[in-house]
Amino acid sequence: MTDRIITQAAPNLAEQFPEWVKPDARQGYQGYLVDSPHLVEVMRALRDQYGYDYLSSVTGVDYYPEDLMEVVYHLYRSIGGRSLVLKAQTNRTESHVPSLVSVYPGAEFQEREAWDLLGIRFDGHPDLRRILTWEGFSGHPLRKDWKEPFFEEDIKPFKSRWPEGHVRRIEDSNPYQNNLQYPAGFNPESWSPEGEDPLYRTLTRGNGKGGFKTDQMIVNLGPQHPSTHGVFRMVAVLDGENVVDLKPVMGYLHRNHEKIGERNTFLQIMPFTDRLDYVSSMSNNFGYALAVEKLMGVQVPERAEYIRVIMAELTRVMSHLFSAGFLLNDLGAYFTPSLYVIEERELILDIFEEVSGSRMMCNYFRFGGVVRDLPEGLLTKIKRLVTDRIPRKLEDLDNYLTKNEIVRSRCEGIGVLTAEDAIALSASGPMLRASGVPYDIRRADPYSIYDRFDFDVVVKYHGDIYDRYLVRMDEIRQSLRILEQAIRDIPEGPILAGKPQYTVRVPAGEAYGRIEAPKGELGYYVVSNGKPNPHRYHVRAPSFINLTSLARMSKDEKIADVVAILGSIDIVLGEVDR
Amino acid sequence: MNGYGILKGLWVTFRHFIKTYIEDFKRGRKFYRSAEGIDARREADVEGIFSIQYPEEKLPVPEEFRFLPFLVYDEGPDGERKIRCTACGICAKACPPQCIWIVRSVDPATGKPVAVPAEYYIDVDICMNCGFCAEYCPFDAIKMDHDYEIATYDRTATNIYDLEKLLKPASYYAEIRPRNFTREQEEKAAKEAAKAAR
Repeated sequence: MTDRIITQAAPNLAEQFPEWVKPDARQGYQGYLVDSPHLVEVMRALRDQYGYDYLSSVTGVDYYPEDLMEVVYHLYRSIGGRSLVLKAQTNRTESHVPSLVSVYPGAEFQEREAWDLLGIRFDGHPDLRRILTWEGFSGHPLRKDWKEPFFEEDIKPFKSRWPEGHVRRIEDSNPYQNNLQYPAGFNPESWSPEGEDPLYRTLTRGNGKGGFKTDQMIVNLGPQHPSTHGVFRMVAVLDGENVVDLKPVMGYLHRNHEKIGERNTFLQIMPFTDRLDYVSSMSNNFGYALAVEKLMGVQVPERAEYIRVIMAELTRVMSHLFSAGFLLNDLGAYFTPSLYVIEERELILDIFEEVSGSRMMCNYFRFGGVVRDLPEGLLTKIKRLVTDRIPRKLEDLDNYLTKNEIVRSRCEGIGVLTAEDAIALSASGPMLRASGVPYDIRRADPYSIYDRFDFDVVVKYHGDIYDRYLVRMDEIRQSLRILEQAIRDIPEGPILAGKPQYTVRVPAGEAYGRIEAPKGELGYYVVSNGKPNPHRYHVRAPSFINLTSLARMSKDEKIADVVAILGSIDIVLGEVDR
Repeated sequence: MNGYGILKGLWVTFRHFIKTYIEDFKRGRKFYRSAEGIDARREADVEGIFSIQYPEEKLPVPEEFRFLPFLVYDEGPDGERKIRCTACGICAKACPPQCIWIVRSVDPATGKPVAVPAEYYIDVDICMNCGFCAEYCPFDAIKMDHDYEIATYDRTATNIYDLEKLLKPASYYAEIRPRNFTREQEEKAAKEAAKAAR
């Protein structure tokens, strides 16, 4: 590493590496195109000389029918600022680019995902297996020429719905057994445990330092395990009780959200985003609306901005309360703490129901605003919650849990993630801030109207489970501060720019909208080619990428603590598996 | 002191438990099985923990609550049903899971399409209750319902709703969504007045 890191304005890479890098000159695109053989060198220079130490998102775009496959990287500085977008191009038939795991270890899962869904090989990746689909999955579903066994039409709306309306039950036209396709030579009957060997082979074995004269053991936690918050599996190598290595296995809830999105019109994706992180659907709406608004260039009215902030912060309060309660579940305090926090969550959900019509699947945001104005009297209700009820509950929780000796001895010093590791592994949200990195997108790269509010970025420095819990508790307090200011300042006025429309015109180009969701950085990468549906729609799911650091945190911990460590990441499987 | 934190935590749970009963005594019998009791239990300042005794008690749903669409018809003077839907197909096009099928009526004499749906189906197994159909209908013809108790024994036979099952009178709509209904009536009246003035 050089002594001085250049941290001023964005570097002009085309000048720095004239032979390897050129600006992306396509209409509506930004960033640079990098010669893929030199990608690793450019990235290493960016990290070490220019301070772009945080690789946020890795994804691919298939430009079928052109013979072009593109890998898109979004880089940030962990001290804040705008993003730097880099792209590496390859062809469709033999898609491959160098892997960045050696520079940014946080790319590991995202590169695996790009291989799984788009069929892009990453040369030098240590463990390039499928991650969201399984070994018996045929093809790479996000390729534009891939079709499922029951294929209706490429884009919605489907022509069969109107004006002749051929009604039928989808289940009848897509019966079980016919709705599967396997790769050539794959027999699901004979495929069984042997298929897991590649997974087990990637696990490192210990050197028996645990001092036990026992064999090392591979233990599968999950997928059907009550403390994994859903169908999620961890494969752990144990030496006695100590974890030597661990791999998360996910995808049991995979539904290819992104392919669904690419077949939908822009607006139709909105209710599907609710189903990602179903605990905090308002935030999911927020990120997606931001990304498409960036493309469309619409200005959101003042009142709508305030409503958005109020809803997003209520969501954060709710999600953090929830995660604190369920962390205690994972520690063995079965459901009493969870139910205590669910009381307040219920009151917040009442507010969401009143304003959007649904408790969890809110579908409340539209491009350029929100669906409807707050009903009368709702602001007073929110105010009472914010100034009275939730602070009281926080005090209660402090008395109840924060000083509790059992909680402290189970959480302090367990699952430590250092600041360097957290940045390198692309951890985000409370995980990053609990490790001592004061990175909050609301401050680092402000979106919406967050630059107007007075609040602090919460940081803790131990990086253990306990600090993650404390960060969440303090963030609730900061959210309440924002909420108080937002309720005080909210102006009257329109709540939607323009007229409500079910088809929106989105100019061709790319946009990346990111927000500080309760779980971390939630980003939406949208590529439009001017048609009613997006050409590419990618979700940078915070809980999925935060799981990259699970192995690092669990190493040398006791197997019983792994469950608590997982709880402290606060994953939601709807978002992990997409 | 070691153990103090645990004792404090236990005190929190104990107090919570006791407060439930104090509220109970304070508010008396009407705390349960009555509308104001339910409201009181959802208030921000209530203490203790309460459940709603479903199905004897039900939480009232807010006006904007949405669960499955229905089609609105206006009642004519002699009980005839004037379907508001014009079979324009916007709901079917806006629907994210594509669960709406419409067959447009055709005038048998001329063969030209008529602005009435001949058939209208919604597969409620697929419907995701997003409310787009109601939001973007230009004729206020399709609205989201409040009735969420629709469990059946056999989903294969009953869960494609046809026109007959979807049609509900405007009076029902006015009952479940009074504020929306009045606003729409006012808008409609204003539009007609403007038309007459011209």
